[in-house]
Amino acid sequence: MSVTIATKFRSKCHVYGDHIDTDRIIPGKYTKTLDLSSLAAHVLEDLDPNFKNIVKVGDILVAGTNFGCGSSREQAPLALKKSGIAVVIAQDFARIFFRNAINIGLPVLELGAHDIQKGSELEIDLKEGIVKDLTASKIYTATKLPNIMIHILGEGGLVNYLKKHKNYSL
Amino acid sequence: MGQTISEKIVSNHVGKKVYAGEVVVTEVDGVMATDTTAPLALKAFKEMGGNRVFDPNKFALIIDHAAPSPNERIANLHKLMRDFAKEQNSTLFEIGEGICHQIMVEKKYVKPGQIFIGADSHTPTYGALNAFACGVGSTDLAAVMLTGKIWLKVPHSIKIQCNGTLQKGVTAKDLILFLVGKVTVSGATYQAIEFCGEAFEGLSLSSRMTIANMSSEMGAKTGIVHPNGLQLDYDFVSTTPDKNANYIKSFEFDVSDLEPQVSAPESPDNVHNISNFEGTKIDYAFIGTCCNGRLEDLDIAAKILKGKKIHQDTRLIIAPASQSVLLDGISNGSIATLIEAGASLITSGCGPCVGTHQGVPADGEVVISAANRNFRGRMGNPNSNIYLGAPSTVAASALEGEITNPKKYLS
Repeated sequence: MSVTIATKFRSKCHVYGDHIDTDRIIPGKYTKTLDLSSLAAHVLEDLDPNFKNIVKVGDILVAGTNFGCGSSREQAPLALKKSGIAVVIAQDFARIFFRNAINIGLPVLELGAHDIQKGSELEIDLKEGIVKDLTASKIYTATKLPNIMIHILGEGGLVNYLKKHKNYSL
Repeated sequence: MGQTISEKIVSNHVGKKVYAGEVVVTEVDGVMATDTTAPLALKAFKEMGGNRVFDPNKFALIIDHAAPSPNERIANLHKLMRDFAKEQNSTLFEIGEGICHQIMVEKKYVKPGQIFIGADSHTPTYGALNAFACGVGSTDLAAVMLTGKIWLKVPHSIKIQCNGTLQKGVTAKDLILFLVGKVTVSGATYQAIEFCGEAFEGLSLSSRMTIANMSSEMGAKTGIVHPNGLQLDYDFVSTTPDKNANYIKSFEFDVSDLEPQVSAPESPDNVHNISNFEGTKIDYAFIGTCCNGRLEDLDIAAKILKGKKIHQDTRLIIAPASQSVLLDGISNGSIATLIEAGASLITSGCGPCVGTHQGVPADGEVVISAANRNFRGRMGNPNSNIYLGAPSTVAASALEGEITNPKKYLS
């Protein structure tokens, strides 16, 4: 990875379940704005109204299967990023959310199966795709991203990638 | 090696045979964004150093998600879109012209065999036209506006074959709800769906759009209806799969005994026969959206409500999918019938489906909607409950004030 973003993270994690849809990540009524910091005030509010009060910069979000299903709103990963979330880990992601997150430079990792518990301390090496659950003393290996996504993420997102390269290269 | 419809369409675009799992960069035939996704896309486009859109004739902006503007913040975003379209000499569809997906099909922005990218998750709707259409977010869209290209992984395909013909009073919406229930909200994630079999062959273009539209409720990248029986008012070349095409999964159902289906709160795949919910009191009924706001949907509701009044404790909101649908519904009398029955007509567009305006439900209220999503808070209030059904079910339920099987009104 031609690194312009951090690739190592260590923080406490917030854990939620399966099928967290984009309406729950950021309700549609708040999405129509270019004031991106306003999104953080409503992040996950229909799932856990207290989340926005307890999330700290650098925290990690962990979920089950099909995270980010529903709409194409890029405001969903943006809301998480603006709230301070540094990485999202899920068993798997809905495809538009997955692309959106990489495109805005929010790292996402797929761990086929995991039993990471709320509040656990995680250490992540993005380059190696390794997630260490320090609390439970377990190590997980994430699914490898396609090369093009690694490059986009490495540039900090698709805007920077295209500003630099002008076009896609595989 | 045989190819699926998706593999063929992508192969035709990249100039060589490609198969599921390969990552390609392909040119696209069309691209669009709405007032939910365009503002961020335009911002990203400028930040990428974008000056001119790759081809203004293949690019459209549509103001449909919050149209007309409900507040000054959104009014300013609409203005941003209008200014951009003027600057680029490209097309912008104004408030009231309709929902992006309806317009793209009606105005022939998308045609069979094409690759179309839309910044809206229901872009797979164009699979009704035997096209390969994917939804993306704003920054991906900005990149297409800049380059005319997108990178994508050629998807594996799931084949869904439905045999038999639907009973009278059972519609394409019932069929697709049934399938979403079987496949589940994540059953087709990253994959393409091919819909084939007798049950789809007799369907109108509008009904095919309802089917393809809800591919996204199964997580699919795209959902393509087999072209058998597809009728368009122009010549087209259809794409069919090879006999030895490779499918990652196949489903086969006989749907000749299918009953009307209802999806209960708060996931589109929570689908059951309507008999499970008959008698559930409803406060609010809604017919519209990219899933079910077309003329045949208004017509079937009008047929049920003709000469009658909706239940006194129920309100019914109608949002035609486009201005053209509205005008046709005026011409054939369906709009008058619905209004005489007590319906409230709102601007063509997404209406209350996205929870921004034009009919947010109150705390504790129960909604029966012809839309495609019933996630918590979807219509703007997390303390309301949304059931999904066919327009016929919504109309019959508005009439009786409770979830009602429409078959008795359609014999």
